[in-house]
Amino acid sequence: MTRTSNTVPLYRLAHGRSGDKGDTSNLSLIAWRADLYPLLLTAVTPERVAAWFGARSPTAVKRYDLPKLHAMNFVLEGVLDGGVNDALNLDAHGKSLSFWLLSMPIEVPAEALHDLPDFH
Amino acid sequence: MPKHALPLHIGCASGFSGDRTDGAAPIVAELIRRGGGTLIFETLAERTLALAQLAMNEHPDRGYEPLLDDLVGPVLGDCLTHGIPIIGNFGAANPAAAARRITELAKAQGLRTPRIAIIFGDALAGAEQMARLQACTTTDLSELDIVSANAYLGAAEIADALSNGAEIVVAGRVSDPSLTVGPAMAHFGWAQDDWTRIGRATMAGHMLECGTQVTGGYYAIPGLKDVDGLANTGFPIVTIDADGEFEITKPPRTGGRIDRAIATEQLLYEVHDPAAYLTPDVTADITQADVVETGVDRVAVKNVRGHPRPDTLKVNICYRGGWFAEAEISYAGIAAHARAQLAAEIVQARIGAALTLRVDLIGVRSILADDAGHFASGGDVHAFGDVRLRIAATHSERSVAERVLREVTALYCCGPAGGGGVRTQIKQRLNMVSAYVPRDVIKSGWTFLEAA
Repeated sequence: MTRTSNTVPLYRLAHGRSGDKGDTSNLSLIAWRADLYPLLLTAVTPERVAAWFGARSPTAVKRYDLPKLHAMNFVLEGVLDGGVNDALNLDAHGKSLSFWLLSMPIEVPAEALHDLPDFH
Repeated sequence: MPKHALPLHIGCASGFSGDRTDGAAPIVAELIRRGGGTLIFETLAERTLALAQLAMNEHPDRGYEPLLDDLVGPVLGDCLTHGIPIIGNFGAANPAAAARRITELAKAQGLRTPRIAIIFGDALAGAEQMARLQACTTTDLSELDIVSANAYLGAAEIADALSNGAEIVVAGRVSDPSLTVGPAMAHFGWAQDDWTRIGRATMAGHMLECGTQVTGGYYAIPGLKDVDGLANTGFPIVTIDADGEFEITKPPRTGGRIDRAIATEQLLYEVHDPAAYLTPDVTADITQADVVETGVDRVAVKNVRGHPRPDTLKVNICYRGGWFAEAEISYAGIAAHARAQLAAEIVQARIGAALTLRVDLIGVRSILADDAGHFASGGDVHAFGDVRLRIAATHSERSVAERVLREVTALYCCGPAGGGGVRTQIKQRLNMVSAYVPRDVIKSGWTFLEAA
């Protein structure tokens, strides 16, 4: 039997918010539903997130799992060009970084596709 | 032993310096309806205090939250009448001046003089304290042009002041959640090492400290994560019980929403290790926490845990840094992108190696549109070919940084065709380093305004 899958942006599976402290950004990622959480655990690894943010040159990426909240918290060090005191970026806090994470492509089993949240 | 078994309502009417100032009146009305509570204001981001210190250096009566009148003025009478304490870190660099200003506001409104407590000791000063600070950092502080050095104080002074009858508590640098932990400790009579309850109240404070970020602000994506009424978002109220467990609500007839998804985003906001959220009061742990919808616009956070507080206090040291220059110019219509790109190349060629430039190309719809929005209405917003070039750089010498402003301005005549709308600004940076000092370095306390 062939298993078909499809690629969707991460926002179909989860939502989140960015926070900053110094040169470190934290990105929460919260599954829209508990049944989608296992997919996040396997698909959104710290290694993949580090690669996805490669252009921002993180010095470390750590993932903390919060299964009771079906959420995870990514802590990305060194991604803010020095942070709010030093960065030349308009968004020195990195408020927009969550939206880059949420655009990451994720392979989803075909049978899961039909009831994923999406823009209406 | 708990002094009170009844739950405590705490509303937060500001999430940062510059937040909306009309959040307090609906909160106070709701607290009165519920039979009382506490009102807090959080107005102090990391660098806000350094800016306040600079203002105080200019004038000894300044250095507190510039919007203090607008925040506190409209609700001062109701709070005094109904016994609703007001707690804020709006004292910034100068809590005594803020307290005097509140006294003036009360007098101007024909109110009695409130009993105002001032918290002191967050600012580090003097040779001995600075020497001990130096021992806690590898940064050579003598090399820095220091503007301010402030420790994050905890809840103890706030709690003590309230227990001694303070109606208003004016703080400078305290940790944001301590604004909530303080009144909870005073209300319930918790011991300082009641880590579980203080951990829970700390996360209650964490949920409050960004104002509407827990009631639907900073959440909306049209079509995917819609939130109604964002022009009139209600500020949050937490209701803490004697065990520290809490629910989040907002005043009736306000916009926004409270649900599990929104509350979970805020629970994790600016958290690093969820097992160790460090404050001066406690090490809070949300790894076993639950976020539960208990009604319409009502969410409970349960099972937060607490562990012993850190041995050290965090100190932020702000110092004058280099000069930050940025300048922008817009291109629109035919080949706007190519013209903006050429403009950037021209500026780069002229500045050469003197500055490292950051170049941004920004835009959706701007300079081709008219004020009334007729030109921009309908059609594809991307069809305007609207590109705003932004060039930014920093340098220790103002005159060097200023070259960004001059070269971008000169593009009016010397650059590609049709550049318009130049804006420039230059400002001195306030940079920051943090250190962690033993608690005995900091001599904090509180006093009533009369004695100050």
